[in-house]
Amino acid sequence: MKKTALIVFAIAVCALMLLQVLPAPGEAEGKITPAFWLSCVIVAVASVCSIQRVAALDTVKYGERFVGLLTAALFGLWLVYFWQILVVAFEVPRVILPPPSLIAQSLASNLSKLWDDFVQTVIQSVLVGWVLGCGLGFAVAVAIDRMPFLQRGLLPIASLTSAVPLVGVAPIAVMWFGFEWQSKAAVVVLMTFFPMLVSTLAGLKAAGKLELELMHGYAASYWRTLTALRLPAAMPFIFGALKVNATLALIGAIVAEFFGSPTHGIGFRISSEAGKMNMPLVWASIVVAAVAGSLAYSLLVQLERKIAFWHPSVRGVK
Amino acid sequence: MAIMSKALPAPSATWQARFVHQGFPVVVVLAILILIWYVAAWVLNSPGAIERVLNNREGAWGWQDLALVTMSMERPLLPAPHQVAMDLWESLVDWPLDSPRNLLFHAYITAQSTLAGFVMGTLLGLVLSVLIVHSRTLDRALLPWIVASQTVPVLAIAPIVLIILGSLGFTGIAPKATIAMYLCFFPVTVAMVQGLRSPQVIETEMMHTYAASKWQALWWLRLPASLPFLFPPLRVGVAAGLVGAMVAELPTGAEAGLGARLLTGSYYGNTIQIWSALVMSALLGLSLTAAVALAEKIVLRSRSGR
Repeated sequence: MKKTALIVFAIAVCALMLLQVLPAPGEAEGKITPAFWLSCVIVAVASVCSIQRVAALDTVKYGERFVGLLTAALFGLWLVYFWQILVVAFEVPRVILPPPSLIAQSLASNLSKLWDDFVQTVIQSVLVGWVLGCGLGFAVAVAIDRMPFLQRGLLPIASLTSAVPLVGVAPIAVMWFGFEWQSKAAVVVLMTFFPMLVSTLAGLKAAGKLELELMHGYAASYWRTLTALRLPAAMPFIFGALKVNATLALIGAIVAEFFGSPTHGIGFRISSEAGKMNMPLVWASIVVAAVAGSLAYSLLVQLERKIAFWHPSVRGVK
Repeated sequence: MAIMSKALPAPSATWQARFVHQGFPVVVVLAILILIWYVAAWVLNSPGAIERVLNNREGAWGWQDLALVTMSMERPLLPAPHQVAMDLWESLVDWPLDSPRNLLFHAYITAQSTLAGFVMGTLLGLVLSVLIVHSRTLDRALLPWIVASQTVPVLAIAPIVLIILGSLGFTGIAPKATIAMYLCFFPVTVAMVQGLRSPQVIETEMMHTYAASKWQALWWLRLPASLPFLFPPLRVGVAAGLVGAMVAELPTGAEAGLGARLLTGSYYGNTIQIWSALVMSALLGLSLTAAVALAEKIVLRSRSGR
């Protein structure tokens, strides 16, 4: 561990020194020497070594998750690093691919604008739509749990909707509910409803026969069996749908903004700034969307570990 | 989502019994949905119908007139099912296949980029999964980022992909296919990593005693073992690719394709056009997944017969 940390630190120092030599974006002409390229190649080889060393750390000693996170983080850092170096050194036009430093600048100088977009898209459209859609899907699944006829009728149709591009209702939702966040939330509700319905129905069937018979033996009522056995058993399925829906909801909200939106919102920002060729701000918006998506996903994973801690897929992770 | 099979009756049951058990509830639910649609169309269109049509008429009107008018408006808030069906049918029958008024033409354009992206995405997913299975470094470094990549919404990257590929000289279906690929490769990668790791220790050890190289083990053991894992993500992937291809048509201002059809419909407030494009895209999505399911059946059957 100590040796690896030392090696990674040494390589990082070398890499930072190379970054110091790097000219400012757009002023690279004539300043890139063969010596620069040589050191670039050396740092590249060293970076690969550093990732390999970190990936080979003892997982028993430090935990699978810690090593995995460290490796992934290091890989991401190197990716951004070489993005910066190559884009500046090759003088890639800003319109095609801006260097990360410019994106960070744009992010910092437009913070309030991006915060507005975030509130409009994520807090209002996505969150409201996601909660409503998932809640409705769950409620309908529990409600028709005792009606096999409706289940047999609804399930094939609900399963088929996964093959249908439901985002397409976005123009209709905008027409019905107006430009504000309500129309985006409506699209999100429709997109998240069916996965939740199908998964919950599947989850409610997941309780083992042995446990069900035990509950029967205890003379447990239907509701007692539902809350004490079948719903907990359904949790992995429900969380699966919640996670899938988090991503779907973001897609739905951003696509719906394309068909008409007030003058803020992540989707609006991306399409309007792309039209103005202000690519650093477009990338900054993407960073916001990506961070929001990943954050939601990891929050759900954490919550699943808390609630469905007994499930094999969770227990296997230390 | 193969939960439906649990409700299947015994295999000895005749097809009539099977229909009563499975098909009948579906038909009933569909009928209820269409009924709700009609009622909703009547409720939603009534104010517009009274304002625009009935008030301009001479004399009084009853509720029969109202019902008739709401079902046959030019630009209804919600077109009745038969209006959508008629529009779809007319576009298929009245216009030649290469006319932009024909919805099959648009479906063909979208299907083209979907399939191109689907093939590219599947190949990319296969290559990535083979690399990840064979290298612990890549497993640790790459897999989390592949998962993270899917939290970036498609439409967010669509304009950028279009600009980058456009400046490199790629136009037409390449940008759309790239965006479809972005959605396709993820399920394939994740499932194939699982599939390629599915052979048991005994089997990999036997390969080892045969002195099989990594590639031979991949070809003779890991790939065949992973086949059952490959097809479910392919079904998911082709449907996701269709969403990607349709979304990619939005910011390009594409003239053809189902996404473009949706966009022009919403620009001109032509609701019937939006709905028929939606129905067409649903049909396209269903037939694409059905095609993959058919391929799955054929491949898995020929494999088990060997």
